[in-house]
Amino acid sequence: MRLVVDLNRCQGYAQCAFLAPDVFAMHGEESLLYNPLAEEERHEEVARAVAACPVQAILVEADPSAEAPRTRPGGDR
Amino acid sequence: MSGDGSLDRLKRDGRIVVVGASLAGLRGAETLREEGFTGSLTMIGDEPYEPYDRPPLSKQILLGRATADHTLLPRRRAIDAEWRLGVPATGLDMAARRVRLGDGDEVEYDRLLIATGVRARPWPKEDEAELDGVFVLRTRDDAYALERSLAQSPRRVLVIGAGFTGSEIASACRERGIAVTVAERAAAPLVGALGGVIGAVAAELHHENGVDLRCGVMVTGLEGDSTGRVRTAHFSDGNSVEADVVVVALGATRNTEWLAGSGLGAGPRGIACDAGCRAFDIRGIVTDDIYVAGDVARSPHPLFGYQFLSLEHWGNAVSQAETAAHNMMSESADRRPHIWVPAFWSSQFGVNIKSVGVPTMGTEIVIAQGALNERRFTGVYGYQGRVIGAVTFDQSKWLQFYQQQIETTAPFPPPFPTVDRRLEGQHPRDADFPDPSVPTHGPTVTLSGYAPDDRRLTFTPARH
Amino acid sequence: MTQAILREILDYAHRANPYPLYEELRKTPVLHEADGPYVVSKYYDIQSLLHDPRVSSDARNLKSPAADPLAADAQEETALPPSFLRLDPPEHDRLRRMTNRPFGPPHSPRRVYDMHGELKDIVSGLIDGIDNPDRIDLVDQVSYPFPVTVICRVLGVPREDESRFHTWADTIAAGLDPAPDADREERDKIVHNARTELGMYLAGLIEERRKKPGDDMLSELASSHGPDGAMTTMEVLSTAALLLIAGHETTVNLITNGMLTLLRNPDVLGRLREDPKLSVPIVEELLRFEPPVQLVPQRTTLADIEVRGVTIPKGASLWLVLASGNRDPDRFDHPDRFDPERGDIQHLGFGSGIHSCFGAPLARLEAQLALSELARRLENPRLLEDPPPYRQNAVLRGPRHLPIACDGIRP
Repeated sequence: MRLVVDLNRCQGYAQCAFLAPDVFAMHGEESLLYNPLAEEERHEEVARAVAACPVQAILVEADPSAEAPRTRPGGDR
Repeated sequence: MSGDGSLDRLKRDGRIVVVGASLAGLRGAETLREEGFTGSLTMIGDEPYEPYDRPPLSKQILLGRATADHTLLPRRRAIDAEWRLGVPATGLDMAARRVRLGDGDEVEYDRLLIATGVRARPWPKEDEAELDGVFVLRTRDDAYALERSLAQSPRRVLVIGAGFTGSEIASACRERGIAVTVAERAAAPLVGALGGVIGAVAAELHHENGVDLRCGVMVTGLEGDSTGRVRTAHFSDGNSVEADVVVVALGATRNTEWLAGSGLGAGPRGIACDAGCRAFDIRGIVTDDIYVAGDVARSPHPLFGYQFLSLEHWGNAVSQAETAAHNMMSESADRRPHIWVPAFWSSQFGVNIKSVGVPTMGTEIVIAQGALNERRFTGVYGYQGRVIGAVTFDQSKWLQFYQQQIETTAPFPPPFPTVDRRLEGQHPRDADFPDPSVPTHGPTVTLSGYAPDDRRLTFTPARH
Repeated sequence: MTQAILREILDYAHRANPYPLYEELRKTPVLHEADGPYVVSKYYDIQSLLHDPRVSSDARNLKSPAADPLAADAQEETALPPSFLRLDPPEHDRLRRMTNRPFGPPHSPRRVYDMHGELKDIVSGLIDGIDNPDRIDLVDQVSYPFPVTVICRVLGVPREDESRFHTWADTIAAGLDPAPDADREERDKIVHNARTELGMYLAGLIEERRKKPGDDMLSELASSHGPDGAMTTMEVLSTAALLLIAGHETTVNLITNGMLTLLRNPDVLGRLREDPKLSVPIVEELLRFEPPVQLVPQRTTLADIEVRGVTIPKGASLWLVLASGNRDPDRFDHPDRFDPERGDIQHLGFGSGIHSCFGAPLARLEAQLALSELARRLENPRLLEDPPPYRQNAVLRGPRHLPIACDGIRP
């Protein structure tokens, strides 16, 4: 499962590191380190992390067979 | 392209070629499809890999927490492209609308997106650069090789250059318990990007974490042993250091050589384009079928005196590619300017460093919140009485406020108290950049709005 | 007319559905009347002010506390120092950092994650305990005891003391939410006694944990030797009290509002029953649609701040109406529609910026587990009263009781 975090958006709320600690880890108070190729069996907790991110910074590859375009939040700052 | 149906034809069965299969190229391609492009799409990349993410290469990968082949970028959507990977573009025929490839093939286009990015600047002395144990860090292969050599517990690593990449490499080495020397020409790390006031904090971070930091020196030569392995580096101050790994982190060179002679306005500083991402030709006339995005682009930013900014920033690559692709698929009245406010981050020695705006334009700095000696602070850069940039060390939650200050050309120094303003920060001081660029007075431009579609520019002409 | 809106928001008559009032409120994005607070109700303005360093959370910066009709409510009549909720940096940052050390990453990355099984056991036990499917009060039987038990486990309250802890928590919560006709003096006395007893109990527990630390949060707060040093006993007490109150007064509403919303949207409830993973977007949408904290009062301006052409003067009291921002049509399409499948749910339910909810990950997990378990186990659940009776509190808004019935409890 490929993932990338837009670290310009990230403000270190650490929700991902709480909810999926085997994929996301805080390095110091605010820096985020993550495994860009998470194991498939982490799918559920990664989904928790993606949903919980207060700045919606985590992009996980959608099922490539599904052609539905992802809509980006219109309100990013 | 005004209502004569040519845009519709392009969308339906045009041919678009994207040169550069990294972050900008991929996000551009995805945006093209999202905008309804159903024609043929060709992705050309000189590396043999699908688009991958580079920031982790100097962080997670060097720390051994992920492997170099694991950073393939997630896709936002399927792009149904023909991939030509491992083949560099070697030439462009603007008149015939053809890209020449390294394998002799040629690809025709109706619209071209150039996103060839940059490459690591190599060690200038070729024979020394060839020594075993001398690395650069830009690509996945670079990261793989460097990580492998770090895993073999070298006795000492020498990092040449204390910019962001160099500092991150040094940080990773220390975290792995490897002795490291950093050699920097300037007076402190990060001064080129953030100035001397912040550079001094960066230097303390190096010292506290056990880096042997040598500032104000140049590496004059690398010396190998009889097996061709690097052994010693000599410094301009007469000293030398024994190191079995040397990482050259001297910045990047733009990948524009393949455009030499094409007639496109491309050179060592990048490819000049307008705010709509359309490339200029060498005559200074904007093209209508060639677009540029990412690290290789150089485009005027209204918020910063219309300076042509050339940004090696992850977020810029994404945003500019989206704008370029949108504009390719739009009538002229529907096009958008690329008005992304520069922003970047770095993670080193456990500290999150983030910045917005253009600190390098700043002549003065105040510490608006926090304290330098606590390593948690917000520095605000001023230029001609306005806020022009900001940097945070472990205080990123405040950064968006200062971005708004930059977008609205708020006055500098900030005339208000903040929740965590200390005595030391209250007075502006010289931001201490080695070579401040001082553009002239110009018109004022402010940015407003939130969603991409309602971002507005307000233009106030200069008063004489 | 504008002041009328404010009074109406506080008016109990609108507790069940304040959203039409918020819609009215948004017509004046920065509303100010007479001596009242400046009320901000649009998404982007709230978002900006939550990140504005000219906005203080420290009540000591308020020019006239009387200007905020909610300020008196929230006064904790205790001798404790203010918790980090009511402090600015650098004090806020220091205390929050120290509190986070035994709770979350980077130092305790698995504390919440590893509670998953225990949380599930607690909620299963509560559902097992439902004896009469014909009349269930979801608040008293599930959504209230669940978070209180969880906070006991997190803090390290011994099992045998949990019931005493529940009693104090109930009394204090009731005090925060007085019925209008109650005898105020009597109520204050009872609440004061409960606070004192709880405080003494916690102080004793802290002493015990100092001598013989366990791996619970209280032990670590009392004996931590991180770079910020150790907390004083008073600081530990004040922090524990904050975690206790904030930890259950909000989560109880999240779970209750959640079940109420699901029962009003049976199609979503049905899908959740089939697929427990849906609880993840459901909880996020709930935090937008029915946030447990409706508004953030008690913020103060340290300088004049201009918002949409209105100058909010220095020293003014601010209300940031999160629940209104969450329904702002300039930010969300069809904001009054409960739609867990909307791709974009960047809500203000947990606030934003440095004061964003400390316990958010735990609250999320608790609500996800409670709702998916309830959906799975209650057979044919239905509301007995709609709307249900609400608590008085306009800020921590939620039903006091949620009477429901079902045909049976699945194993």
